Amino acid sequence: MEEKKDKIVVKDLYKIFGPKPERAFPLLEQGKTKEEILEETGLTIGVQNASFSVREGEIFVVMGLSGSGKSTLIRMLNRLIDPTSGQVFVDDRDVAAMSKDELVALLRKDMSMVFQSFALMPHMSVLENAAFGLELAGFPREEREKRAMESLDQVGLKAYASSYPRELSGGMQQRVGLARGLAVDPSIMLMDEAFSALDPLIRTEMQDELLKLQAEHRRTVVFISHDLDEAMRIGDRIAIMEGGRIVQVGTPEEILKEPADDYVQAFFRGVDPTNVFSAGDIVRDQQVTIIRHEGGGPRVARERLISQDRFYGYVLDANRKFIGVVSVDGLKEIIKRDGDAAAMDSAFIPEARSVHIDSTMQAIIPYLTGSPWPVPVIDGDGVYKGAISKNIFLETLYRVDPTEADEPAADAS
Amino acid sequence: MAEGFFSFDEAMYPLEDWIEVVVEWLVANHRSEFQAMKWPVEKILWGIDHFLNWLHPSVVILGFVIVAWRYAGVRTALFSLITLIVVGTLGMWSETMTTLSMVISAVFFCTVVGVPLGIAASQSDNFAAWIRPVLDAMQTTPAFVYLVPVVMLFSIGTVAGVIATIIFAMPPIIRLTNLGIRQVPMELIEATKAFGGTRQQTLRRVQIPLAMPTIMAGLNQTIMMSLSMVVIAALIGAGGLGVPVFQGLNSLQVGLAGVGGLSIVLMAMVLDRITQSFGKPKSK
Ligand SMILES: Nc1ncnc2c1ncn2[C@@H]1O[C@H](COP(=O)(O)OP(=O)(O)O)[C@@H](O)[C@H]1O
Ligand SMILES: [Mg+2]
Repeated sequence: MEEKKDKIVVKDLYKIFGPKPERAFPLLEQGKTKEEILEETGLTIGVQNASFSVREGEIFVVMGLSGSGKSTLIRMLNRLIDPTSGQVFVDDRDVAAMSKDELVALLRKDMSMVFQSFALMPHMSVLENAAFGLELAGFPREEREKRAMESLDQVGLKAYASSYPRELSGGMQQRVGLARGLAVDPSIMLMDEAFSALDPLIRTEMQDELLKLQAEHRRTVVFISHDLDEAMRIGDRIAIMEGGRIVQVGTPEEILKEPADDYVQAFFRGVDPTNVFSAGDIVRDQQVTIIRHEGGGPRVARERLISQDRFYGYVLDANRKFIGVVSVDGLKEIIKRDGDAAAMDSAFIPEARSVHIDSTMQAIIPYLTGSPWPVPVIDGDGVYKGAISKNIFLETLYRVDPTEADEPAADAS
Repeated sequence: MAEGFFSFDEAMYPLEDWIEVVVEWLVANHRSEFQAMKWPVEKILWGIDHFLNWLHPSVVILGFVIVAWRYAGVRTALFSLITLIVVGTLGMWSETMTTLSMVISAVFFCTVVGVPLGIAASQSDNFAAWIRPVLDAMQTTPAFVYLVPVVMLFSIGTVAGVIATIIFAMPPIIRLTNLGIRQVPMELIEATKAFGGTRQQTLRRVQIPLAMPTIMAGLNQTIMMSLSMVVIAALIGAGGLGVPVFQGLNSLQVGLAGVGGLSIVLMAMVLDRITQSFGKPKSK
């Protein structure tokens, strides 16, 4: 890899949440864990002792499980969160030490951010949203609309300029989020799980979009992800976070060949990940979902399953709460039996049970082995998050068999 | 009978006297300042009152119908039309216009003072914590209790009535402005900050616009509370629809009180329906 200038340099960065955060430092020095410190002092270690640099023009992916401090870390780069201690140099200027005015000037000119939740302004049109950064920076209307239009064009949404965010699909909304970030023409883009809320097909599409944009105009991108495939696909280099610490930084190949510790290994190799990963880490929202409502009877549901070439469908209520699993055959049977009076509920497979998003892979095994249908996963509110098939499960188990270690890496280039 | 400390038969300290001393001291030493506060209220009130009573009733009715139509739709427009004609035919037109002008001026001052206070409360947890008990007290103190000090400080009449109304009706708009701004999703504030938005810009461009429906709900409550207080203010010599109710009460003329009461209810319904539609997406 050719040597490039460092664009962002992070030195000894800490974020400790809670009153009088300096109380945590001596405990950290004694080598106490995040949990022990929380127990003793009530302080939460967001990020500890992070040092790394991001090179100009690269996509730097920060990966880690939920709660490992990724969002906290990226928010210290633009001071949405003030560091407890440490330095963040952007083009050799310490962001952590900047005055409010200097920071505002930097954010308006040089850095933009794309959010997991899109964070679009519901009261503004797509064009106004895209122009938002420029508006804050004080550009006159004509110029900002012209530039916003160009960036909407880049993400293929020019035709929707006068729509409102709520009228667009998730993928399109995030394109607007991307356009908003591009419109200010920053040299750095921060993306916090920017594509995680999108379903897998759209997510891949957006990754391609990002790579295309990078090919046209290289920016320095810090990209947060909890998805290995995504990190491998778009990352020039990857940093792995665990418990607020950065445990390894390297190219995808480097990390694959020499994982720094068991945690990293669990991410990348088949070293019993069943206790490291939870249902939420491997769940995919690719199954056919059927929202139960007045008009949609078993016939419609069956049609949809057949047209999508799926055998099982996941029935949800209007709030996406999981209700039951139906199969093509089961639906056919009750349609035959009950004719027009057929009710969806009587087609539910009685043995089909859901698992909680925090269950470990280990805990899911009995459900998986006992059922031919992918096991539905719900969150604490009963909302359907997707399903886990045997294939996905096995794929995670043998994600990177040491003998084939190069295969996903080749995919990343 | 309880003994000792817990024999709560008589006051153990003369709070009653203390309140009297404070209010009397204010009257003795600062009455002129309080009287000066009447000036802007008086100007606005008389301006509106004269204007409304000068307008031909058909023009006022037309105005209501147009506003109702624009913001709340055909049904409310029709409802306003019929209601106002009924009020007119009851012989209560001029009283209604006076009540309306009292409500409008009270609400005007509530908004001018209340919205900035609500914004301030949304920006500072300290200020919010401090103002909250004050608002609780303002809102739960029975309306009649205001009347005594108001009379002592501002004397009697319609202007004094409006001042009592302003105090009584201000809390909801402060509360809901604060609430509306605080309810704006954190992620939108973050996004604004991330693009270099200052606190001012965040307020002006994101928080206040998104809080508008909630602020409007506060305005609606303030209007309804003003209307109820304006009627009570007849007790201290304010004009308007409270007068026939009050007279009816004094001389046991149930018919007169009934007609006044009916007009108040009808006005309340019109104002409620129209102002509830502010801040909501337009219906057809
Ligand atoms: N504002 C906050 N106050 C207290 N603790 C927080 C706050 N934000 C994050 N944390 C804690 O810091 C840790 C890291 O969180 P976060 O950076 O959001 O992780 P990630 O983005 O990797 O899921 C978590 O333990 C989280 O509970
Ligand atoms: Mg996060």
